[in-house]
Amino acid sequence: MVRTYALLAWTWTRAAAAYPVSFALMVVFGFALAAVDVGVILVVFANTTSLAGFTRPEVLFLYGAANIAFSSVDMCVGNIDRISQHIKAGTFDAFLIRPASTWVQTTVDRFTPTRIGRVLQAVIVLGVAMAELDVPWQRVWMVPVMIATAMVIFASLWTLAGALQFVVTDAPEVCNAFTYGGGQLSQYPFSVYGRDLVRGVTYVVPLAFINWQPGLYVLGRDDPFGTPGFLRFAGPLAALLLALLAALAWRQGVRRYRSTGS
Amino acid sequence: MIELDRAGRSFKVKRALVHAVRDLSFRVEPGEFVGYLGPNGAGKSTTIKMLCGILTPTSGRVRVAGLDPSRRRTTLARRIGVVFGQRTTLWWDLPLKDSFELIRLLYKVDRKVFRERLDELVETLDLAEFLRTPVRQLSLGQRMRGDLTAALLHAPDVLVLDEPTIGLDVISKNSIRAFLLRVNAERGTTVLLTTHDLGDIERLCRRVMVIDHGRLAFDGSLEQLMATSPEETIEEVVTRLYTRAGQ
Ligand SMILES: Nc1ncnc2c1ncn2[C@@H]1O[C@H](COP(=O)(O)OP(=O)(O)OP(=O)(O)O)[C@@H](O)[C@H]1O
Ligand SMILES: [Mg+2]
Repeated sequence: MVRTYALLAWTWTRAAAAYPVSFALMVVFGFALAAVDVGVILVVFANTTSLAGFTRPEVLFLYGAANIAFSSVDMCVGNIDRISQHIKAGTFDAFLIRPASTWVQTTVDRFTPTRIGRVLQAVIVLGVAMAELDVPWQRVWMVPVMIATAMVIFASLWTLAGALQFVVTDAPEVCNAFTYGGGQLSQYPFSVYGRDLVRGVTYVVPLAFINWQPGLYVLGRDDPFGTPGFLRFAGPLAALLLALLAALAWRQGVRRYRSTGS
Repeated sequence: MIELDRAGRSFKVKRALVHAVRDLSFRVEPGEFVGYLGPNGAGKSTTIKMLCGILTPTSGRVRVAGLDPSRRRTTLARRIGVVFGQRTTLWWDLPLKDSFELIRLLYKVDRKVFRERLDELVETLDLAEFLRTPVRQLSLGQRMRGDLTAALLHAPDVLVLDEPTIGLDVISKNSIRAFLLRVNAERGTTVLLTTHDLGDIERLCRRVMVIDHGRLAFDGSLEQLMATSPEETIEEVVTRLYTRAGQ
């Protein structure tokens, strides 16, 4: 699966490289756009020293970690939201006759590495925040675990949204609400949100494990909402369950695919 | 090679059930060249989509090369070649050459074997000029030859073609026909094709199946088909068969 993905991604990248100027512009543009986000955070902290109980480097840490995961998944899996067009036009047929996973073929379709600008920006933010934070080395291991968990959760959400398109072919917007909404939500400390929303994204859609719960552990904080301590480590399990659910939903979706009459 | 046992496929359209194919049973042996005929909406394309695993049958059993297409889709994909005349399965924005290279990678064809096959196909289908052209810029006939090449690069045991000669000029049609006959004779590839061009049937198919309203209306050799009625031309015979089946 990884091999197929890499091969197809490489072919699309080569095709995109035929237009080097537009490629470079897209990378720079993505980087600049993401920098605006960080600008907003910095402006907020110009007037205050804490946002919902979190300091500037702490907020930047959460922002960076969430965005590394979000942007890289957006780049590698995000194209799955084109599935509704493929279903309506019947072009999904072409994926089904090839000896490769339909999920891989859908996610890699028209892959462009231009969003690498956003990923880079998030890596820089995380690096700066970590340098300022001085996280004790015993807790640093959680950082890569947390980013990997977040990637799996985002990829699963995108896949679930894609699988839903096989049932309701007219709801790409609903799906964007899940994926992009989830990405937006996870950028900030959850203590800025209401208690009921946070409960929902902890126990129903496991968005809290992208960043908030493991982040609390890395930062050595207690949860202002008072959730039990084991939840800090429940991320990988939640991600795994969500991934299984997404895989099942995708399979069912493909079996329901009905092509078109002509 | 192909085996259908009371296979059916229905679609829910606004609460009503449309039976595109129902209770269809037939067998195609290895090496056969079969024409699959029927009026518009008879269920030909639906049958073909079930054969290659695009559509899951809603009833009955389908086997191709001994495999259940909808469950063993990727395994079967290596042994079957599919062409839809109406729509390309190539990558719209990539040059033809890149599409072929992707196929080599996806089907894991050995580089040397691939080169030989591609050279042969490019030569016989006269594709050399268009290899660098993106698929979306190809004319219908050029694209069709590209699709045929793509379907044969992995040397499939079965080839299913849904209207492969649609919209082709006389010369292209003849070269594709000659080519299909050769593939069938030299490699022993089993071929099933649908068409509305009865010339294809006369020139190519030893066996003809006619389907209507999702059911088999005729299955036999071309000679038997011609013997079903006293009319002289194949057009008349088929017209009669279509109208009779429609009643
Ligand atoms: N995806 C679909 N959704 C709903 N109905 C469908 C679908 N695909 C096919 N049908 C219906 O199934 C029937 C058979 O269609 P099919 O495409 O198999 O016909 P065909 O024999 O290929 O016709 P043609 O010669 O026009 O290509 C038609 O009545 C069609 O309306
Ligand atoms: Mg058809």
